[in-house]
Amino acid sequence: MKLPSRRLREFLIEKLIFLSGIASVVFVVLIFIFLLREGVSVLKTTSLGSFLGGHFWYPISTPAKLGILPLILGSLMVTAGAIAIAVPLGIAAAFYIAEVAPKRLRTVLKSCVEVLAAIPSVVLGFLGITVLVPFLKSVFNLPTGLTAFSGSIMLAFMALPTIITISEDAINAVPREYKEGALALGATHWQTLFRVVIHGALPGIIAAAMLGIGRVFGETMAVMMVTGNAAVIPQSLFEPVRTLTATIAAEMGEAAKGSAHYFALFAVGIVLFVISFAINLTADILLNRGKKK
Amino acid sequence: MNTAGEKVKLSVRGLAVSYSAASALRSLDLDIVAGEILSIIGPSNSGKTSFLRSLNRMNELHPHARTSGTILLDGVDIVREISAESLRKRIGMIFAMPVPLPLSIRDNITYGPRMAGVRDTRTLDALVEESLQAAYLWDEVKDRLDMSGQKISGGQQQRLCIARTLALKPDVILYDEPCSGLDPLSTAKVEESMLELRKSHTLVLVTNNTKQAARVGTRTAFFLMGEMVEIGPTEKIFTAPADKRTEDYIVGRFG
Amino acid sequence: MKREDKRQNIGFGALLAATLLVVIPVLAIVVLIVAKGWGALSWEFLFSMPRDGMRAGGIFPAIVGTIYLVFISLIFALPIGVMAAIYLSEYAKDNALTRVINLAIINLAGVSSVVFGLFGLSLFVVFLKFGVSIISGALTLGIMTLPVIITTTREALRSVPASYREVSFSLGASRWQTVRHAVLPRALSGILTGAILSVGRVAGETAPILFTVAAFYLPNLPTGLSDQAMALPYHLYVITTQIPGIPESFRYGTALVLIGFVLVMNIIATVIRSKAGKKR
Repeated sequence: MKLPSRRLREFLIEKLIFLSGIASVVFVVLIFIFLLREGVSVLKTTSLGSFLGGHFWYPISTPAKLGILPLILGSLMVTAGAIAIAVPLGIAAAFYIAEVAPKRLRTVLKSCVEVLAAIPSVVLGFLGITVLVPFLKSVFNLPTGLTAFSGSIMLAFMALPTIITISEDAINAVPREYKEGALALGATHWQTLFRVVIHGALPGIIAAAMLGIGRVFGETMAVMMVTGNAAVIPQSLFEPVRTLTATIAAEMGEAAKGSAHYFALFAVGIVLFVISFAINLTADILLNRGKKK
Repeated sequence: MNTAGEKVKLSVRGLAVSYSAASALRSLDLDIVAGEILSIIGPSNSGKTSFLRSLNRMNELHPHARTSGTILLDGVDIVREISAESLRKRIGMIFAMPVPLPLSIRDNITYGPRMAGVRDTRTLDALVEESLQAAYLWDEVKDRLDMSGQKISGGQQQRLCIARTLALKPDVILYDEPCSGLDPLSTAKVEESMLELRKSHTLVLVTNNTKQAARVGTRTAFFLMGEMVEIGPTEKIFTAPADKRTEDYIVGRFG
Repeated sequence: MKREDKRQNIGFGALLAATLLVVIPVLAIVVLIVAKGWGALSWEFLFSMPRDGMRAGGIFPAIVGTIYLVFISLIFALPIGVMAAIYLSEYAKDNALTRVINLAIINLAGVSSVVFGLFGLSLFVVFLKFGVSIISGALTLGIMTLPVIITTTREALRSVPASYREVSFSLGASRWQTVRHAVLPRALSGILTGAILSVGRVAGETAPILFTVAAFYLPNLPTGLSDQAMALPYHLYVITTQIPGIPESFRYGTALVLIGFVLVMNIIATVIRSKAGKKR
């Protein structure tokens, strides 16, 4: 009698394991479906072209103007600024940590990066408002410190752990023989790094940058707190902007359920979802190609 | 029964094993007689380990392995008529490297029986002593059965693995190069236990060490490139092999 | 050769400078928050209700809310995440389904946190009629943290030697018995590390709880899963941006409690991981 009950138990457990295994797929599909369910209704009031390409985001005027171009450009500007800071800094730091730093120092540096990764975004946003924004305001003599530039600096810091750890993995994965071969030919350690190692690590480093972009593009709280949230097409880095993420976070609380505004915010969510999907897919392909080599 | 009137324990017909595109074993026919020690020798990649691992269906765990042909254990088809779990309880296996599980000596030995549903502590305790005795390890570890099985010496670990297999009360024991990592003294102890076990079990030994085959095998088979070149009484294989390739291997011209 | 050496020194100097530019702000952030927040910490601050429109009193309900969210999301996500990792490491074949699952995990990890908030609002709050409640927020956070749990658990399972599985199979154990008795016990510390890391992550997230659970201010502690709750990260957001005239020390104090919780979780995870590493 014991054996059949054990068989049955194992059968049920293994079914449960399989269901959990596909749970991630189910959740991704559910996210897409439930964004779509609400978001697609935006097309009742706006055409796709004027939603994506419209110059004005006045969600509560009558009639509501629901063009997200300023938001897209706001996100792109903040992201571009952040990446311009974080990618060179992150790759340089990854090289230092992986190749130059003595062992003890390496452990310390790596834990610092881990601490940075762990700091909640709202805490960085808080420090951004209280420390960074007033500082930038006085240094650049701006009317307000709540600008795209402040957002870029905050986001650069949030992208750095991703860029550093994945680049470092890619650098460490370069076969040791390549390096030893170059050193044996009389190249200095520096020449070896920048002629040989960077070559082997390149796909991984590009993937690291892509994942950093993904992280930055989707980041919400810190960017909402420091960028000033003006939904206008940005003219310069030193003006307030509003990103896609901040728009959802700031406005969903006030949008009446079932209103055009409410649907539009879900549609913004779809845009974010699709972009992050594309970025992650590309990064994954790059990483896998790097591994296969 | 075979033509000589001996009881056939394992009957292998048309056994072929391949991994992805590479063929490891091509159409093998072989009878293993109850109570013998069959030694299998041959260079690496000759298919001898694939053969051994087909006998207890461990090959199935390899993601790309494909096996065809039939194997009968006491006339029962080991693939179609019984489950892999119950087959492995009847055909135990000793690996090249001793791998005690990260458990106590006692729990290592009772692992198989416990998985089969044996709960009674007195039965399990009796099994522990009996199996360790048969593997010539009891006297060395009887006072520290709760010590981790990974903290004893390499030779003791291999005998622990043998005891662990014996606790399943198998009919057949497969040895996959069981002494490749052991010193001569430990090797002698393992071989001694094999000769003792032969009285109640059927043993199949895959070995790279031709001298070991000569010492313990009742019969010896020579495998080469996925085929069995020759099988016969150990003495005959080592003194008057029928095939030139067998002779070349034994005298050490290749492999 | 001399010139090359000089170039190398300059190059390494630049790398060091970049690294310092990353690391020094991190240390500055931690030091600043500790220095300015330490003074605010008191029995009253930690364990009493807010008063005077949150300009006085304490942050107790926010701490309680965060603890609720962390544990309920973990109760939901840990079993699913661990079993998903078991599936991927012990059962899954190298086929299209497995590739789809891996892609889904990567995407789940990469989706913006505010999109999770939208999803939670649409599925749990509206469609399933859970309302703005602890259960809606905890489930949203749980789904968001699944990739962390799955990837750390999978790493832990993969580091268990394959020979243990072979031995277990050869002794007549079934696949589940092998997982349960030969593999899982060895991976426990890795699984624990993943759980603790996800706790830290969940505690600090704001965007997913904005529309699913978080309350601006509540006069009472939550009494059940269907209540709204305050939460530390949202509270910090509120007192930083929504209410003027809050003493700065309150903000730093709240940030310190939040960051302290998150960092302690990370330190515990690191210690467990390094201990387990030494054993091997």
